[in-house]
Amino acid sequence: MEEVSTGSGSDYSNSWISWFLSSKGNEYFCEVEEDYILDRFNLTGLNTEVQHYAQALDMITDNLDEEIQDDLRGNLDLQARLLYGLIHARWIVTARGLAKMLEKYKRADFGRCPRVLCQSQPLLPVGLTDVPYEKSVKLYCGRCEDIYSPKSSRHGSIDGAYFGTSFPHLLFLVYPNLIPPKSGPVEFGLNPRASDLEGSRRRRVREEQEAQAESVGEAGSTAAVALKADRYRPRIFGFQVNEVAKLQRWQEAVRDKQISRLEELEANGAM
Amino acid sequence: MSRRTDYNTLPTGEHSLQDEEAISATGEGDEEMEDAEQEEDGYSSSTPTSTLTWITWFCSLPGHEYFCEVAEDFIEDDFNLTGLNVMVPFWKEAMEMVLDMEPDEDTSKIPDVSIVEASAELLYGLCHQRYILTRAGLQAMVDKYEAGIFGSCPRVYCNGCNVVPCGRSDLPGLDTVKLFCPNCNDIYTPPSSRFQGVDGAFFGTTFPHLFFQSYRELAPAPFYKPSSPSSTSPRSSASSSSNQPPFVNPNPYGGQKRAAGKVYVPKIYGFRVSERAKSGPRMQWMRLRPENPEELDLVDWRGHWIGEDDHYDGEEPADEDRPMEDFDPVGDIARIASSYNLSAYVRPGCA
Repeated sequence: MEEVSTGSGSDYSNSWISWFLSSKGNEYFCEVEEDYILDRFNLTGLNTEVQHYAQALDMITDNLDEEIQDDLRGNLDLQARLLYGLIHARWIVTARGLAKMLEKYKRADFGRCPRVLCQSQPLLPVGLTDVPYEKSVKLYCGRCEDIYSPKSSRHGSIDGAYFGTSFPHLLFLVYPNLIPPKSGPVEFGLNPRASDLEGSRRRRVREEQEAQAESVGEAGSTAAVALKADRYRPRIFGFQVNEVAKLQRWQEAVRDKQISRLEELEANGAM
Repeated sequence: MSRRTDYNTLPTGEHSLQDEEAISATGEGDEEMEDAEQEEDGYSSSTPTSTLTWITWFCSLPGHEYFCEVAEDFIEDDFNLTGLNVMVPFWKEAMEMVLDMEPDEDTSKIPDVSIVEASAELLYGLCHQRYILTRAGLQAMVDKYEAGIFGSCPRVYCNGCNVVPCGRSDLPGLDTVKLFCPNCNDIYTPPSSRFQGVDGAFFGTTFPHLFFQSYRELAPAPFYKPSSPSSTSPRSSASSSSNQPPFVNPNPYGGQKRAAGKVYVPKIYGFRVSERAKSGPRMQWMRLRPENPEELDLVDWRGHWIGEDDHYDGEEPADEDRPMEDFDPVGDIARIASSYNLSAYVRPGCA
C-alpha cells in the first residue's frame, strides 16, 4: 500500500488504473470502467471528500499536467487512491460493477472462509461503514453470513469504505441463485440446476420448462436452509459440554422459530 | 529436564487478554513467529546438539509453535502410554529418539533413520494429546494461550478473542490442526500454511473444552447484554466502560468472561436486509446469545421452547423432519385421544 508512485502518465505506458490494480495489496479492487469515471454524474458529492479533487481525477484518468509541483504530488497520490476507492464503492454496486466483482468472486480473489465447516467458501469484501478513514475492509461469507478479518495485514489496512456496506448483500439480492448452499462442497456457475439435478431424472423429465421451474423453486425458498448448516459441537471425551450445549440448543430454538415464521409467511404468500 | 519451570502465577485473564488483543490487532503475532522460524533455520537435521533435547528441538521447529513441551517423566511412565505402542512403528527406537537415549548397538535392522523420525513425531504427538489434558499440560498450554501463541479468532465480532488448537479426530492421519474460538464456539483453519502439516490428533478433540472448563475465567459466558442501550453516543459508552460492574455468570461452572456478543447485521444502503428476502439473513442464530442467562432455561433439553403451543404444526408435511415432537402432557394427551378417536372411526370404514 505504501509504494511511492513516481508519477503517472509519463513513466507508465499503462494507465494509472492498471498500475493501481497491479500493485501489491490491491488485489481486492476491480477495474472501474473509464466511461463510468468520466460521467460526472456518478461522482456527485465526491469533490467534498477529496482534496485537490480536479487533479486527483486527472491523475486516475491519466490527464494530469506534467508541470505539477513535487510537494503536491505525494498528497495527490493519496487523494487519487481515495478518489478511486470512493468511485469503486459506487461502481461495484452497479450492474456492470457487480458482474466484474462476480468474476473475482468466482476466482476466489478475496480468499476463502476460515470457518472449517464453510468448506473454503469464497468470500466477498465488505465495509462496516461507508465513511472513509473509519474501518478497514472485512470479508463476508455467504454461507455462514458472518464477517472475518483478512488474513494478510496488507489487506487488513485497506479502507472498508472503498467497498461499502451494501456490496455483498446487493450481489446476492441480484443473483439469488448464487447464494451458497449451507452445506456440501463449494460449487459455482450461474445456473446450479445442472449439477443439482441427477442425470437420470433429467432424462426422465424431458421438458426443459419443468427443470427450469424446479430450479426457480430451489432458489425461491430459502426459509428452511438454516437446518442444513453444519455446526461444530464441543465435546469432552465424547460428551457435550453443558453450558455450550445449552447455548447451542437455545440458538437452534431461535433458528426453528425463525424457520416456522418464514414458512408461515411463505404459506401466506408474503415472501 | 528442559521443560520451562518459570511458571509465573496465573495473571488475571482480563488483563493479559487485552495485551494480546493489541498484539494480534496489528498482525505482529504472525511476524513474531516468522522471526522464530528464521532463528531455527540452523537446525536442519534431527541430530540435536548435546545441550538441546529432542523435545525442545521438535517444539522449536517452524510450524510446531502450538506444541508445548511434554515432561519427560510423563513419557517415561508406561501407564501414560497405554495403547500407543500399537499405533507407532519402531516403538523402541522412537522412544529412544524422543527421550535422547543412546540407541542400542544393533540399529542395523532399521533401514532409514527418517522412518524413526516419523515414528518419533507420531509418538510425541500422541503423548502430547494426552499430556495437555493433565494439570501440568493445561498449565503449559495456558501460558502459551495468554502469550497469544495460538493467535486470535478471525471473526470480526469476536474482537480478537484468543483461540486454542483443536483436533477434529483423536486418531492420527485424518485431519490437520484447527483452532477453536471459545467466544463463537466454532473452529477455524489456521491462517498460516505452515500448520497444514500438523496433525490435529496431536491436540485431540477434548483439549479445548477441558481447557476452558479448567480456566473458566478465560471462557466467555453464554449470554450477552449490550453494555448500555444508549452506547451510540461516544460519551455514554466511555463512561459505561469505565464504571462497568464486575462481570458475574450465575452458573459457577460456566464461562466467567464477558462475551463479545455482537452479531453481524447485513445492510443495503443503510437498511437492514429483511429476513423475508430470499437472500435475507438465515444464520444469525448461530452467533446469537440471550441477554440474560435465565433465557437459556426457556428451551428444554430437546431444543423446544417450554410452554409454547405454536410448535404443534406437526400435521404439516414440511415439519415431518423435526427430530421430535413437543411433549406437553396436557396438549399431547388431548391430541393422542383425538387421534385414537379418529382412528376408531376410520379403520372400520376402510376395512
